[in-house]
Amino acid sequence: MATANKTPVLSVEHVTMRFGGLTAVSDLTFEAYPNEITALIGPNGAGKTTVFNCITGFYKPTEGKIALRHSDGKEFLLERMDDFRISQHARVARTFQNIRLFSGMTVLENLMVAQHNKLMLASGYTIAGILGSGHYRRAEKAAIDLCKSWLEKVRLIDRADDPAGDLPYGDQRRLEIARAMCTEPRLLCLDEPAAGLNPRESEELNKLLRAIRSENDVSILLIEHDMSVVMGISDHIVVLDYGQKISDGDPNHVKTDPAVIRAYLGVDEEEEEKDALAAKAVAEALGDKA
Amino acid sequence: MTAHDVAAPKTQGYDWTAIIKDLLGTALVSLLIMVPMVAYKSVITQYSLVLISRWFEVFVILGLILATRLAMHLFVWNRAPSPIHASAKPAGPAKATLADRIGPWVFPALVAFAVALPFIFHFERRPIDLGIYILTYVMLAWGLNIVVGLAGLLDLGYVAFYAVGAYAYALLSTVYFPYWFGDGIVPWAFYITLPIAGLLAACWGVILGFPVLRLRGDYLAIVTLAFGEIIRLVLINWFSFTNGPQGIEVPKATFFGLPFKAGPGGFADFFGIQHDRIYYYMFLYYVILMLALLTYFVTNRLRRLPIGRAWEALREDEIACRSLGINTTNTKLTAFAIGAMFGGFAGCFFATRQGFVSPESFVFIESAIILAIVVLGGLGSQIGIVFAAIAIMGSFEMFRELTVFQDYLPEGTDPVHFRMLAVGLAMVLMMRFRPRGFVTRRQPTVFLKERKAVSGDLVKEGHG
Repeated sequence: MATANKTPVLSVEHVTMRFGGLTAVSDLTFEAYPNEITALIGPNGAGKTTVFNCITGFYKPTEGKIALRHSDGKEFLLERMDDFRISQHARVARTFQNIRLFSGMTVLENLMVAQHNKLMLASGYTIAGILGSGHYRRAEKAAIDLCKSWLEKVRLIDRADDPAGDLPYGDQRRLEIARAMCTEPRLLCLDEPAAGLNPRESEELNKLLRAIRSENDVSILLIEHDMSVVMGISDHIVVLDYGQKISDGDPNHVKTDPAVIRAYLGVDEEEEEKDALAAKAVAEALGDKA
Repeated sequence: MTAHDVAAPKTQGYDWTAIIKDLLGTALVSLLIMVPMVAYKSVITQYSLVLISRWFEVFVILGLILATRLAMHLFVWNRAPSPIHASAKPAGPAKATLADRIGPWVFPALVAFAVALPFIFHFERRPIDLGIYILTYVMLAWGLNIVVGLAGLLDLGYVAFYAVGAYAYALLSTVYFPYWFGDGIVPWAFYITLPIAGLLAACWGVILGFPVLRLRGDYLAIVTLAFGEIIRLVLINWFSFTNGPQGIEVPKATFFGLPFKAGPGGFADFFGIQHDRIYYYMFLYYVILMLALLTYFVTNRLRRLPIGRAWEALREDEIACRSLGINTTNTKLTAFAIGAMFGGFAGCFFATRQGFVSPESFVFIESAIILAIVVLGGLGSQIGIVFAAIAIMGSFEMFRELTVFQDYLPEGTDPVHFRMLAVGLAMVLMMRFRPRGFVTRRQPTVFLKERKAVSGDLVKEGHG
């Protein structure tokens, strides 16, 4: 792999997450590389969202280490940080499987909230802001400009003053990505960004994600079921099943990996010999979609 | 065609069997309730217990009930379903523009009216008193609005901060200031204590905030309710410090050191005018008006700052806030502290207006009334709160004046006793017809092209 000699932006090492007696993720190790799109796939209940929640601090992993490195060499141990500090300092942003926008606030306000920490500092922790300091006003203007540029990228500039809850589903998905990007992250975690999108919208999402990756200093980690998205844009795919990694590599490697096919199609042990045939069929199917 | 469809069910005629069945059922239920409750009344005379039968009244009431029920059948329940329910609500934009056109003028008009109020009513004491009373609650509700309306945290113990502010003034001005700085400070005590009372209340807000940060919804409401009661019980029982239930007499505020008294050295003497007690009430009125306006403008400015947006975002979705790097703990604490601070200011004012503080003034019902004003006004809406305060506090006062009904009421009942009943009824009606309060639309804090109000259906109430 061409990426093997690069320093990973995110390394998940031996992470285990147990909920009481249930082991949702067990001894998971994988890496994500700078400026790449890494996809985390697997059947339902494989533990993908749990991994996400561990990375973004919403869960504390029972065991293991999660390290994030910035391009300037700073390193953060995410399993020791609070969720909001992960976003604030380690610069990991995320979206949610079930969209979590501030539905009663306008599209623009949603993006302004995402720049909270920066603006808070500019407003002198509210004190200078309340006295109407020019410094804060300039910072706010800059923040609005950043919002505008993201709204243009996700084609929502015309709806900037509408409430976020009024947007159609596909627009809400894109707005959530824009909101995450307004925190200026180094790692963007997208939890099923294509869920509920039609093929045209999925295609658009692919373009958007590619643009985000090429224009910003950001790596993308995504969970996705839509294979046209996964195969179309991922540089690197990690496959999970029952909380364990069963395959790891570039799309072509994963597509033909018998373990992956077994996990997705549930082939019996006795029918191992038919695997090769099934693998071919799946490879064709996935290939078509891609 | 559509007109015909709508009119059709009306001309269908009435299903008389169903109506008569329903009326018989109603009569049965009414009699079941009224026979034990209305038909007989026991009266204790000097020698014995006498049972008086009141069947005439029973049948009068029954007749009224059946007539109403019949009228409902004939005129209301018979109506075809209104076409509004069928076809969504495309009339939105037109309505919005009307509200938008009036919207910006409502607040300046209210302020102008408030400033001119003593002059409009020819310096009468009664309207000025009522104005002070309502403005105090407007200010309290604006303060609570930060916690409940913006940050979405249900606080049932807001009166605690009001009490902290009032006792801060009472204790500092009567005990500590004279002890520390001598008696000369007392005329200035109000001005010095006002910020201190706000700060102390804010500290209490943070103290309350810490333990309740992890709580949500019902649990949060119960703990804040308990906090309100704790403060009151401490005030009652810590006799050596607070003088317990006997309360504390506090000095009246002065006009920047000039006491409102007759004779030399007083306010009237200094300005060379005739002494009149009304000047004191006017002074109090303008002080509370200034304090309320301060609350309004500071809150409005805070809404447009990152902290205010974080409060509202917290109300909308706490998890999303955390994913965006917002420290929700600090955000909640600032909401509690700033809300409490305005409560403290109002408390300080309340103490000087009353001239006396005692724990009796800070009972749970006060918190409930303030919360009712915020809810009735529309969570988060400052203008709505003004109207809600006028409606609730005004109607409370109105019941005091309702001696007109005295003749129709049984011996010994005072219309004042019905005021909570009436307010309760008003709240029930409001929840039926305007569940989100008077003003449901939310004004965005920032916009690119035009400020479009957000419909109340989209705005969340918070997690409790």
